[in-house]
Amino acid sequence: MKAIVTVIGRDTVGIIANVCSLLAQNGVNVLDISQTVMREYFTMIMLVDTAGCKVDFAALADILKKDGQEHGLDIRIQREDIFEAMHRI
Amino acid sequence: MITTSEILETIEMISQQHLDIRTVTMGISLRDCGHPEVRACCDKIYDKITRRAEGLVRTGEDIEREFGIPIVNKRVSVTPIAIACEGCETEDYVPFARTLDRAAKTVGVNFIGGFSALVQKGFTQGDRKLIRAIPEALAVTERVCSSVNVGSTRAGINMDAVALMGRTVKKTAEISDGQGCAKLVVFCNAVEDNPFMAGAFHGVGEPECVINVGVSGPGVVHSALKKCAGEPLNVAAEVIKKTAFRVTRMGELVAQEASRRLGVPFGIVDLSLAPTPAVGDSVADILEELGLESVGAPGTTAALAMLNDAVKKGGVMASSNVGGLSGAFIPVSEDAGMIRAAAAGKLTIEKLEAMTCVCSVGLDMIALPGDTTAETISAIIADEAAIGMINQKTTAVRVIPVPGKTVGDFVDFGGLLGRAPIMSVNPASPAVFIGRGGRIPAPVNSLKN
Repeated sequence: MKAIVTVIGRDTVGIIANVCSLLAQNGVNVLDISQTVMREYFTMIMLVDTAGCKVDFAALADILKKDGQEHGLDIRIQREDIFEAMHRI
Repeated sequence: MITTSEILETIEMISQQHLDIRTVTMGISLRDCGHPEVRACCDKIYDKITRRAEGLVRTGEDIEREFGIPIVNKRVSVTPIAIACEGCETEDYVPFARTLDRAAKTVGVNFIGGFSALVQKGFTQGDRKLIRAIPEALAVTERVCSSVNVGSTRAGINMDAVALMGRTVKKTAEISDGQGCAKLVVFCNAVEDNPFMAGAFHGVGEPECVINVGVSGPGVVHSALKKCAGEPLNVAAEVIKKTAFRVTRMGELVAQEASRRLGVPFGIVDLSLAPTPAVGDSVADILEELGLESVGAPGTTAALAMLNDAVKKGGVMASSNVGGLSGAFIPVSEDAGMIRAAAAGKLTIEKLEAMTCVCSVGLDMIALPGDTTAETISAIIADEAAIGMINQKTTAVRVIPVPGKTVGDFVDFGGLLGRAPIMSVNPASPAVFIGRGGRIPAPVNSLKN
């Protein structure tokens, strides 16, 4: 299943490395990354494949959310379908 | 591939503009639950609801987590109890309400709708027993919602039922300190697939079991409109339409997913703008964003008409299965902007009545003085039913005559039901008119001026 990971928050050293290693530990494959820093805010969007994920989707979402809170970031994972439905006819 | 800005826009809608799925409602037929004995009938109802809706709340929560979209309420609607239980040999229908309440608690839904009767043309024995039980049923249960349809464009208005419902609303208020009335709706042209409470029931033309979804998003529409401030109204209508499209697409996606996981057919998406008392989730704010100093000002009806129509246009493009009430709701106690305008005397019952001509649904969650007579409440119901009957639309009345309170006081219903100022009612008496009873015949459907 394809999903979108979004990471939003204040820019610090090692955000990408941290999120990528969390995903790798849980067997999630990163397909695409786009990242930008607007003023001091860091915004990263990742397209990932959760087919080989070792935990269920809800648990993965909790792991990411918790890690985000520890680093002052808002990290979400959502199924790709919701964005397709809202923005494509 | 979806662009970064589209992804961020969706996340902003959810995290900052209160975009949510307001309700996933499972409609369950109880037509096979009839039994001459009360106990057996109640057992059949309880077993069927708890069996069918067993996975509803869990499935809703799973979808919520995977899509990252809040699903605020999970609910159940059932066949009107006056129909489902008519074969039961009893005079007292309160046990059926208790059974629905118990089943709702077991499956974990916060409301269950369908303690209902459809009496637009006249009463059956079951209808009379049900309406007689409403005050006590709403006082002794927590999650049961009740509705009675008293008129339709095809049948006219049953004025005996209107008179009876005025007394029923009054009695419900007296024995529940007003709270029960927040769960009691009197309809004209009630729809069979409405997922929203308190007026949801599972109509007789509906399948065995069905999933209906109600979407919301006043905050999203408001935010979108802020970006086109000062532009002509046709530009604003276009913005509303596009926003409604997006919101409804999300509702359709969730409905299809819930239907697939539960193995229950998908019914409809109801694309209503349903406000909550939370700041930033108000229909009144949208009307004020269009340029009114306060909701209730002259121009409110025109602004609401445009809003309601634009929401529908966006919605029908987004889903082939649009149904339910579909429009803008204007419940006073559940909308921070409406509360503000009513408390300041800028929004009156008469203006609200005019607004109901162009939106769904009706006079909703309006607190009245405790000494408002049953005849006056009946007459308010009759006026609202007449608007629905003539305009071929659903209208409803959910008013609360709060015992011991008078104009200027505030009443708090708690949670999603919000709080409201007591609004003043025209003191002239309609008692003789209501006392005449009988029926207002069905209207002619041509010569429309």
